[in-house]
Amino acid sequence: MATSGTAEPTRRDFLYLATGAMGAVGAAALAWPFISQLQPDASVLAMSSTEVDLTQVAEGQIVTVKWRGKPVFVWNRTPEDIAKAKATALSALMDPVARNANLAADAPATDENRAAEGAGREKWLVVIGICTHLGCVPIGHSGEYDGWFCPCHGSEYDSAGRVRRGPAPENLAIPPYKFVSDTKISIG
Amino acid sequence: MSGHSTFEPKHPALKWFESRLPLVGLLHSSFVSYPTPRNLNYWWTFGGILSLMLVCQIATGVVLVMHYTPHASMAFDSVEHIMRDVSYGWLLRYMHANGASMFFIAVYIHMFRGLYYGSYKAPREVLWILGCIIYLLMMATAFMGYVLPWGQMSFWGATVITNLFSAFPVVGPTIVEWLWGGFSVDNATLNRFFSLHYLLPFMIAGVVVLHVWALHVVGQNNPTGVEPKSEKDTVPFTPYATIKDGFGMVCFLIFFAWFLFYIPNYLGHADNYIPANPLVTPAHIVPEWYYLPFYAMLRAVPSKLGGVLTMFSAIIVLFFVPWLDTSKVRSGRYRPLFKQFFWIWIAVCIGLGWLGSKPAEGGYVIAGRILTVWYFAHFLIVLPLLGLFEKPKAVPASITEAVLGKNKGGAPASAGVSAPQTKG
Repeated sequence: MATSGTAEPTRRDFLYLATGAMGAVGAAALAWPFISQLQPDASVLAMSSTEVDLTQVAEGQIVTVKWRGKPVFVWNRTPEDIAKAKATALSALMDPVARNANLAADAPATDENRAAEGAGREKWLVVIGICTHLGCVPIGHSGEYDGWFCPCHGSEYDSAGRVRRGPAPENLAIPPYKFVSDTKISIG
Repeated sequence: MSGHSTFEPKHPALKWFESRLPLVGLLHSSFVSYPTPRNLNYWWTFGGILSLMLVCQIATGVVLVMHYTPHASMAFDSVEHIMRDVSYGWLLRYMHANGASMFFIAVYIHMFRGLYYGSYKAPREVLWILGCIIYLLMMATAFMGYVLPWGQMSFWGATVITNLFSAFPVVGPTIVEWLWGGFSVDNATLNRFFSLHYLLPFMIAGVVVLHVWALHVVGQNNPTGVEPKSEKDTVPFTPYATIKDGFGMVCFLIFFAWFLFYIPNYLGHADNYIPANPLVTPAHIVPEWYYLPFYAMLRAVPSKLGGVLTMFSAIIVLFFVPWLDTSKVRSGRYRPLFKQFFWIWIAVCIGLGWLGSKPAEGGYVIAGRILTVWYFAHFLIVLPLLGLFEKPKAVPASITEAVLGKNKGGAPASAGVSAPQTKG
């Protein structure tokens, strides 16, 4: 094309670069909507919080509610469940981190950090019901640790939703939630 | 046809690949070294523009399907969901809807170009017929796509068009029920139209490949209609045609963007923002603008079957143009009488389009009849007879002569500028 004996960039070199740069900007601007349309749309985001009435959950019962298309377990734990969870030393845990979206990321996985916050609320355990291994829904009130047992690959969780036997690497995640009244929580 | 350069791979890996599948060489000989007539004007950029529009329609269509629900009770709401909830959904849908109109604007210009410059004449008959098939597929695709939003115009458009087939004696009603998958346009109809609307663009893409293949076998026509005779008559596709096509595309996209961003609903109908109601027909029902000339013909004929046959014949006659035009001279540029009749015919087509948008009453119907007769007379009477009676102007001996001859009286420098390939 533009063959110039000198090493100096020519006017044509500049035009090539400028045109190419403009073309790249245009292509990126065009690609943007095509990529952006794949993300959760407004109607999905609008449904991103769920309220749960706790008066419907009897002692010892685990109810499952749907939040953002995922199961969330709300467990009204018995005093024995709580005592057992509290008696477990942190050193016995596979995952020593609380995995509680309402606390700091490095909070230790004590029962206090896993259960609901506030006086008289420690019986409430709210966890996302998805095994941290490959996403199956574990079965409640089962397994060696009286928590959850995952039928897919045999992971077991205790009565604070902490993983006690692999292959799952992490404790069941705790979603962001808050008490909107003494008997009602809002997840998300 | 001899090329300007041949592709010879230098890199050993490319050499290895090329000896097993000469893909890069094929692309090189088709879109880089392919010899194009040196005198192509901007009417020749519409082939590239049409390819671009096909890609645009398929890309936006594939994305819209990710958010659309093909069900009679959910389709309308899912389209509104695209417009309101989906990130950039409004943009993608308007691109698709206006893109269809842009596609037809480009295809009509492309067809008029072919008719004016005699691009259908030997040896390009198959190329022309493949183009007609693409046009037919486009019409079917666009019609079925317009049904998918399931608004009032969608529903009643589908009802009217499918009822065209009821005009055929004896088998008509059975065919229509078969098309509907029921006793009226309903969910079954919507679902099959959706399926076919997704399928047909890929069939179009397939025929486009044949169209381009046929083009590359016989070579491009050019404004003189004289075949390239020497290397001097052609320039390599890249950079000459690529840059010219690219510039044409950019200008066309500006035109497209104007519709897209400023008047996205100008070419649509407000009634289509009312959910389909099988119990009430809108007061004025008209098809999309690109069908209007045919719609005018349908209504011009006072018999049901006659109207349908007339409308279909208006497209079928295009397939026979290579044999209806008897003139030995290819390009309209050297045919003084043809040139006049061509522009009259263009005016007739536009007139029919205008009449198609008017109510079918009084003077509109009479005018529709006159123009319909003229439309067919152009192909069946004017084209065959012109070849026998017309005195064509002198055709240049070669493309180069036509290009350089124009500048004979002017400064010789300008002749040098328009002969950039002489050293190649």
